[in-house]
Amino acid sequence: MSLEALLTILGMAAVTFAIRAGGLLLADRLPTTGFIALWLRNIPGAVLASLIAPELIKGGPAAWIAGGAATLAYLIGRNVFATIVVGVLAIFLARRFLGL
Amino acid sequence: MTPPPSSARSQFFLGARSFIPIAISIASYGVVWGVLAGQAGLTPLEVALMSGLVYAGSSQFVALTLWSPGALPIGAIVFAVAIVNLRMMLMSATLRPLMQDLPRWQALPAMFLVSDEVWAITIAENAKGRGSVGFFLGAGTLAWCAWLGSTLGGRLLGAVISDPRTYGLDFAFTATFLALLFGMWKGKSDLVPWLAGALIAILVAQLLPGTWYIIAGGIGGSLIGALVEDWRLRHVA
Repeated sequence: MSLEALLTILGMAAVTFAIRAGGLLLADRLPTTGFIALWLRNIPGAVLASLIAPELIKGGPAAWIAGGAATLAYLIGRNVFATIVVGVLAIFLARRFLGL
Repeated sequence: MTPPPSSARSQFFLGARSFIPIAISIASYGVVWGVLAGQAGLTPLEVALMSGLVYAGSSQFVALTLWSPGALPIGAIVFAVAIVNLRMMLMSATLRPLMQDLPRWQALPAMFLVSDEVWAITIAENAKGRGSVGFFLGAGTLAWCAWLGSTLGGRLLGAVISDPRTYGLDFAFTATFLALLFGMWKGKSDLVPWLAGALIAILVAQLLPGTWYIIAGGIGGSLIGALVEDWRLRHVA
């Protein structure tokens, strides 16, 4: 393992633990209402949407079909693993049989 | 009613037992992460270290999209991980009442086990008046074992897959993120930050190299979402 990789992993671990422990220490001072609280609550969804959207655009019709299938699978099953399986299977089939 | 101290052990096992169905679901996408980690060039040792020390699924998926052995963007990865994990600060904060019986030197390390799923099941148990530190630690310990074991298993398993595109595995990231995103749905007000983040990301991905679009969309989308929600709360009451 390179020193670079080790430092990256330790950096990820340190910042994540600081956030987890920080919440307990700052419990009384963290805003539960107002703008900052709204902002913090919105971050994870916005990050995930930012990860998804360019990939769907770049992936073309096969990715759109797979994205639709995965969405449908989630709405039916509400299960992360089932959604992944359906999405992967859909893009595999779309590429293989529709030539997308 | 306060449970007698002797029940801490039984609370631990109750927490672990209640968590089993969720642990199975965590383990299944842990395997996916492990396979993708192999494709991104992580060694089994790096997988074990990252899952064991960071132990935060969504942020580890994001880290993989930025991972390039030989020229690791350390700062960008750590920053992106921090952004994705910021939500856990609010989770730990809400666990404070549960941790009041523990001295701080024990309560702080225990926070390492906070994750979306462990937090949610503990809070749900707490709402029924049955939550406890032991329950939290039991659920968290099982979650950690499931994540570490499944990601390492996936990494070792993935070694036999040469081209992930052949099996459509390159889409596993997008599908995972979609499922995680839908799981966060709380109501119509979520649409603004999600759509704003998506649009900003698409735009920035065209304009800037690398993965700046993730941070731009994440910060931009969440700010716009908060601005709109804040304005609505003030003006449309």
